[in-house]
Amino acid sequence: MLLKKKELFKQLKNFTLNFGPQHPAAHGVLRLVLELNGEIVERADPHIGLLHRGTEKLIEYKTYTQALPYFDRLDYVSMMAQEHTYSLAVEKIGRLQIPQRAKFIRVIFCEITRILNHLLAVGCHALDVGAMTPFLWSFEEREKLMEFYERVSGARLHAAYIRPGGVSADLPIGILDDIFIFCNSFIDRLAEVEEMLTTNRIWKERLIDIGIVSAESAVSWGFSGVMLRGSGIPWDLRKQQPYEVYNELSFSIPVGTGGDCYDRYLVRIEEMRQSVNIVLECLQKIPCGPVKSSDTKISIASRSELKNSMEAVIHHFKFCTEGFILPSGETYAFTEAPKGEFGVYLVTSGTEKPYRCKIRAPGFAHLQGLNYMVQGHMIADVVTIIGTQDIVFGEVDR
Amino acid sequence: MLYIIIFVLISVAFFTHAERKILAAVQRRKGPNLIGVFGLLQPLADGFKLLVKEAITPSNSSKTTFVIAPLLTFIVSLLSWVVIPFDKYSTLSELNLGLLYVLAASSLGVYGIVVAGWSSNSKYAFLGAMRSAAQMISYEISIGFIVCTIVLCVGSFDISTIVAYQKDVVWFITPFLFIFFLFFICIVAETNRHPFDLPEAEAELVAGYTVEYSAMKFALFSLGEYSNILLMSGLTICLFFGGWLPPFDFLDFVPSSVWFGLKICFFVIIFVLLRAGLPRFRYDQLMTLGWTIFLPMAIFYFVFIAFGLYSFNGLPL
Repeated sequence: MLLKKKELFKQLKNFTLNFGPQHPAAHGVLRLVLELNGEIVERADPHIGLLHRGTEKLIEYKTYTQALPYFDRLDYVSMMAQEHTYSLAVEKIGRLQIPQRAKFIRVIFCEITRILNHLLAVGCHALDVGAMTPFLWSFEEREKLMEFYERVSGARLHAAYIRPGGVSADLPIGILDDIFIFCNSFIDRLAEVEEMLTTNRIWKERLIDIGIVSAESAVSWGFSGVMLRGSGIPWDLRKQQPYEVYNELSFSIPVGTGGDCYDRYLVRIEEMRQSVNIVLECLQKIPCGPVKSSDTKISIASRSELKNSMEAVIHHFKFCTEGFILPSGETYAFTEAPKGEFGVYLVTSGTEKPYRCKIRAPGFAHLQGLNYMVQGHMIADVVTIIGTQDIVFGEVDR
Repeated sequence: MLYIIIFVLISVAFFTHAERKILAAVQRRKGPNLIGVFGLLQPLADGFKLLVKEAITPSNSSKTTFVIAPLLTFIVSLLSWVVIPFDKYSTLSELNLGLLYVLAASSLGVYGIVVAGWSSNSKYAFLGAMRSAAQMISYEISIGFIVCTIVLCVGSFDISTIVAYQKDVVWFITPFLFIFFLFFICIVAETNRHPFDLPEAEAELVAGYTVEYSAMKFALFSLGEYSNILLMSGLTICLFFGGWLPPFDFLDFVPSSVWFGLKICFFVIIFVLLRAGLPRFRYDQLMTLGWTIFLPMAIFYFVFIAFGLYSFNGLPL
């Protein structure tokens, strides 16, 4: 035989495609190694760590106040929601009570953050699927919302507004009126975005039955937030384990049926509507009063107190130089961030710095389910699924 | 010939400007507005920038074909303009098989794309080229059948004759509204435009077959692509909207080339609005649509018309 037998068999390998980190649909720095069979994805291997900044370790070397701005920089499209969780953790371990007005301000801004996040999620999802107009429309709305951020904190993105003990400053005059005006017009803007997408046949063809997650697998992959509710599990920490004043507010949580991308899209749209209602309700109920804890040891003393009280000067000096000391202990605080359950596990050792701060980011759990979700779909669907997971690398890599 | 090249290039330049302006208007932005009045000089500035940029040839590519591909696309896209009648008397070459010539030339365009995708030696470009080839071929078949339907009624492959025929009878949009829609969707797919712009689907394949191209080579691709869009709009006008003819006879005093231009502008706006409004199809959905819906419909309509004409002795023979 001239031909040896083993030469007749050729080893066939799948086509591997390196997707990202510099890819328009990679949502930042996602790197995927895709094994393709034609255009069908056999396996998707997400590589993370390109945005790793060592946040958790850095926090161990910062005082409780200094650690706060790191939380803005985790998921950089839902900033205040994360500050809020951290503040809750600190308050829980220090057994702090915060004034009622501060609670309402927190809820208002957490819901504004939810709208901010979902606008970006839906807009970028649409852009990934090829419709670019909703993206620009929703960014215009985001611009208005970030103006509210700017008015209360001075920063559009990294606000550091919600702090342990309340919020950093009272609301500026007139902002509640403007939020009211925004909420009323936003419903129309949202309807416009929906007109472009919800009943659009191409949009439906691209989303329905793509990336189906059954209720059981959503739970076992550790999904939370929209990814869980899209699969039909009515689990929302605002309802199940309410914090702040959510138990006094009336809102409903939308739930999907099929667990596909289209359901999750609808859930996001409806959640924005619910958030608007929550904000409107808060605007009616918000009381007058202080916005931070009167304990000047953990929240900075006001200017007038400094002028009149020696004690306040001492507290101010200690707060600004050393920080404040929490009793030793550990706690897990969690909130319903726009992307899912955002948790902070805080271990304190009776000093002014945390001993350990473990951050539970929802996006991390979602990304680990990516391979499960994209298997058997086409390349174009990978993009759709990344969009529907609403991944932001700030929180995945931390 | 030079005459046509220059005019096509200028209209392509302003087409890109119009596209950006219309998209901006839809998306509540301003669009280019700094260079020249209303940003009218922006396309020239863009062109100049692309001209003086460094042209990178990837070290893994096969150099000759890598350079030939954009040239091929560009030249082929200009070829078909030869037979498009701008006016009753201004056609560069009045081929009596003009329509066939257009179809042939636009089929050749696939070569440029496939060669580009193959020679860049990049996986994204390769996938883009494969998609593009499949897409253009499958929609060309439907276009062929639709064109045949028109030819069957007129009895000539010459585009000027088809237009002149519409002057005597009626614009073909009236009797053939249905296949006009079919034809228009097919040419959107054929020119790789939104919502069928899979070969260069930005979100998944980054830029498809042009991913490795830069500077003037890239410019040649986009020039070719945009001139193809204009060409296909021109073809649609000639087949369905009476080419250079005015909509009413009393508007005769307006030069007929103006009518031709206005009609092209109308289609250009539709092309851009489609891009603004719609998400993108997936590859398999596009192929299913082409082969299982458009092609059978086009064939059915062709056979239907043929039988109709035959049984009422209407065949123009």
